[in-house]
Amino acid sequence: MQKDIKTIEKVVIRFSGDSGDGMQLTGSQFADTSMVLGNDIVTFPDYPAEIRAPLGTIAGVSSFQVQIGQIDVYTPGDNPDVLVSMNPAGLKANMRFLRKGTTIITDGDAFDRKSLEKAGYTANPLESGELADYNVIVAPITSLTKQSIIHLGLDNKTNERCKNMFALGIVYWLFSRPLESTTKFLESKFKKKPELAEANKIALNTGFSYAESVELLPSAYIIPATVQEKGLYRNITGNRAVAWGFIAAAERAGKSLFCGSYPITPASDIMHELAKHKAFNVHVFQAEDEIAAIASTIGAAFAGNVAVTTTSGPGLALKGEAINLAVMAEMPIVIVDVQRGGPSTGLPTKTEQSDLLQAMFGRNGESPLAVIAAYLPENCFDYAYEAVKVAIEHMTPVILLTDGYIANSSQAWKIPQLKDMPSISAHHVQAQDGKWSAYIRDAETLVRSWEIPGQAGFEHRVGGLEKDPQTGMISYDPENHEQMVHIRADKVAKIAKNIPDLKVDGDSEGDILLVGWGGTYGAIETATRSLRKEGLSVSHAHFTWLNPMPNNTAEVFSKFKEIVVCELNLGQLVQLLRNKYPQFNFKQLNKVKGLPFTVQDLTDYVYQLTNKIPHEQLANY
Amino acid sequence: MSNLQTIDKNIEKPVLTKKSFENDQVVRWCPGCGDYVVLATVQKVLPELGIPIENFAFISGIGCSSRFPYYMNTYGFHTIHGRPVAVATGVKIGNPELSVWVITGDGDSLAIGGNHLIHGLRRNIDLNILMFNNQIYGLTKGQYSPTSPQGKVSVSTPDGSVETPFNPAELVLGAGGTFFARVTDADPKMMAAVIKEAAAHKGTSFVEILQNCVIFNDEAHAKVTDKDKRDENTLVLEHGKPMIFGKEKNKGIRLNGLQPEVVIIGENGITEADILVHDAYEKEPILHLILSRMKLPDFPVPLGVIRKVNADSFDEDFNHQVQDKMDASKYKSVEEMFKGSNVFEIA
Repeated sequence: MQKDIKTIEKVVIRFSGDSGDGMQLTGSQFADTSMVLGNDIVTFPDYPAEIRAPLGTIAGVSSFQVQIGQIDVYTPGDNPDVLVSMNPAGLKANMRFLRKGTTIITDGDAFDRKSLEKAGYTANPLESGELADYNVIVAPITSLTKQSIIHLGLDNKTNERCKNMFALGIVYWLFSRPLESTTKFLESKFKKKPELAEANKIALNTGFSYAESVELLPSAYIIPATVQEKGLYRNITGNRAVAWGFIAAAERAGKSLFCGSYPITPASDIMHELAKHKAFNVHVFQAEDEIAAIASTIGAAFAGNVAVTTTSGPGLALKGEAINLAVMAEMPIVIVDVQRGGPSTGLPTKTEQSDLLQAMFGRNGESPLAVIAAYLPENCFDYAYEAVKVAIEHMTPVILLTDGYIANSSQAWKIPQLKDMPSISAHHVQAQDGKWSAYIRDAETLVRSWEIPGQAGFEHRVGGLEKDPQTGMISYDPENHEQMVHIRADKVAKIAKNIPDLKVDGDSEGDILLVGWGGTYGAIETATRSLRKEGLSVSHAHFTWLNPMPNNTAEVFSKFKEIVVCELNLGQLVQLLRNKYPQFNFKQLNKVKGLPFTVQDLTDYVYQLTNKIPHEQLANY
Repeated sequence: MSNLQTIDKNIEKPVLTKKSFENDQVVRWCPGCGDYVVLATVQKVLPELGIPIENFAFISGIGCSSRFPYYMNTYGFHTIHGRPVAVATGVKIGNPELSVWVITGDGDSLAIGGNHLIHGLRRNIDLNILMFNNQIYGLTKGQYSPTSPQGKVSVSTPDGSVETPFNPAELVLGAGGTFFARVTDADPKMMAAVIKEAAAHKGTSFVEILQNCVIFNDEAHAKVTDKDKRDENTLVLEHGKPMIFGKEKNKGIRLNGLQPEVVIIGENGITEADILVHDAYEKEPILHLILSRMKLPDFPVPLGVIRKVNADSFDEDFNHQVQDKMDASKYKSVEEMFKGSNVFEIA
């Protein structure tokens, strides 16, 4: 068949099927292949909280969405352009994401009476006409897969399990992707079972040939490669990037890495990843609870390690008292909070940004510490690295906020050269008049010394009681306490000298400034670019440093008529900003559904705002 | 400024003495507190262990006893209530060369810190835990504790506690502890000997110190500490020796089936050969459990090392795993690992 080939800038594809259909693997293969071709990618897995939900039901649907493109791919996309659904449940579960005209590729063999019933269909949607507004491609995926590999003599179940590769073959043809990368992957995955590698490869090729030969598909598409910086790239999730950032930081600091952690969704993958890398002097201690996780981390910092702990909101709450011990004893530790929907157990697998105030204030006493938020899967690496650097160089606990969305999403990451990363060096305050104490400070930064057990001549005591700033002796003196409260606050405030300015994407002055922090970056940035194309005067500023805030913050705000703070909570950053910068009038856009912002959430808001609809009706909470 | 230390690395290391471990902090326990005895005894024992002073780390929780690290001229960390075992676990993993000591009390380790204690024991991490058991919350002014006897009248139990107390020895054995000893603040000599054994033990050593709180629970342990009572009321254990006690050294413990009984040597034809011989090294904890359940008034309170068995320590196994992986690693730098697989190049 003559191939009609169209060029497009980007496309969103959603792979969907039963938990056992291998949709995560299929989707990642498509993403990896596209990345190798030089496309920008962002992926987002969406799977059930239950480990094995009942087969064929809506609850058991596992999906993987990927946006690939030539330019400006910062999110996995609001709505898919193509839905690949392996069964009726996958179709039904995803209908709410589909716009008219979406291409649906589905397995006709899977629409038997029993499967339809399980999915809650009373009539077969492929026949009832309810899909009339969509471009539906029904392929007999299961039967053709079986036919293609029956000669290998494998059992029926194994034959059926190759159908995801057949579906992937169809999509590869549709978007003009080569099969090499997946072929290699299959050979390596099934190294010890060559017959399975063979079966899967045949299924993949057969799917590709099927798409090429049948006339169901009107055209194939090309997505030109992104013009990217030269270098080596790989696909990385936010959680893995955090883990690797810590390993890199420990290597650069010349210290061993200790991670004390307790299993909690969606943070556990950081611990899992670190546990694989003992070879880099990484010590992962799975503690008996969240408290022991951070307590052991503080102990490891006392003993001279790069010490980190990983958790999510409920765990951060449990760690609060111990975090304050690190504040008081001025111990360099990093606490990662992969935020999820709260309060209480809340929505463990869903994303939210509702721990900011907990991170800032969720402890007794005046308890200043550094708070940083990563905002894309790939820069979780940079901010994990930076968190370690700040902790050690400023002798303070640092909370690194990510969220369930960027933690599980992946994108292309340019592998850095370690020598180009900033150095990390512990602070050693010299003895004054031949005398030394753990609490004498650098006059400029107020940072105390980090001398560790095993070093002769530096034996000292630290602890949670208030101390004299010079001798480190316990002091209950009223003036001393006030002085120490100020010293701890000033020490953290002084970090602002070393942090980058708040950047503005778009013009540095104009009508509307969209302000965000953390994992909402992709949606806000995409919306901003799209609105600017429409001629609106919209810019975007994104906070990574939440405490302290960049020194130029007020200056940035002063150049805009409207400032809209966009958050996946009821308005936590906006509270901080209103308190710190009362001279500005902040509007707020909030969403608390356990879901990320869609680009449309933001563009809709801005369109309404520019039509001068009253503010009260706009705040979406 | 008296706490500041003079640093001169050129001076040759002095021979350590008790004085080396003292500092000039004013000790702030109540006059007559049993804690003074423990402090002096520890300071006396440490120089004999052959460990450089900079390799000691004393980690404490919260409570009267937890002020201990401030009075030691070593590295010390006064942490938060109930968490010293957890902090010490990080210290020991973080630097396995250190001799790590946990100073805790009955409230700190058995109430708010109970979870960390049992998991530390289960792992058998190489910590020396000194648990000061005064059967009361002292620093918070006299509430009953998890080791207070049933009926204990305190500010929070004006009508007497209705709770069954923990027996620390049973708890340690139940959690898989490899070393348990019990001493009193009235016998510094025995305390010194036991602390030395605890220090030498690989794995978690748990020493219960029956300690007197003169203010809120005076004489709680009087029956086992008073000079005129202790010979009759305590059984001093020694590995390999028969369990004989009493002023006249004529009483002993005999096993009747699985039940212990007190017998008198020379009466009813009983000889020393009938008396149970202590075996602290036996891996099966049955004998140690029988000993740990013996209490007044039916039995003397066993003192000394009840259990001391060899087992792999957590920190050694844990660090071996890391070292093995480091030795076998094909990567010189983490950067090589990043580039190891699934990469593509934009040229």
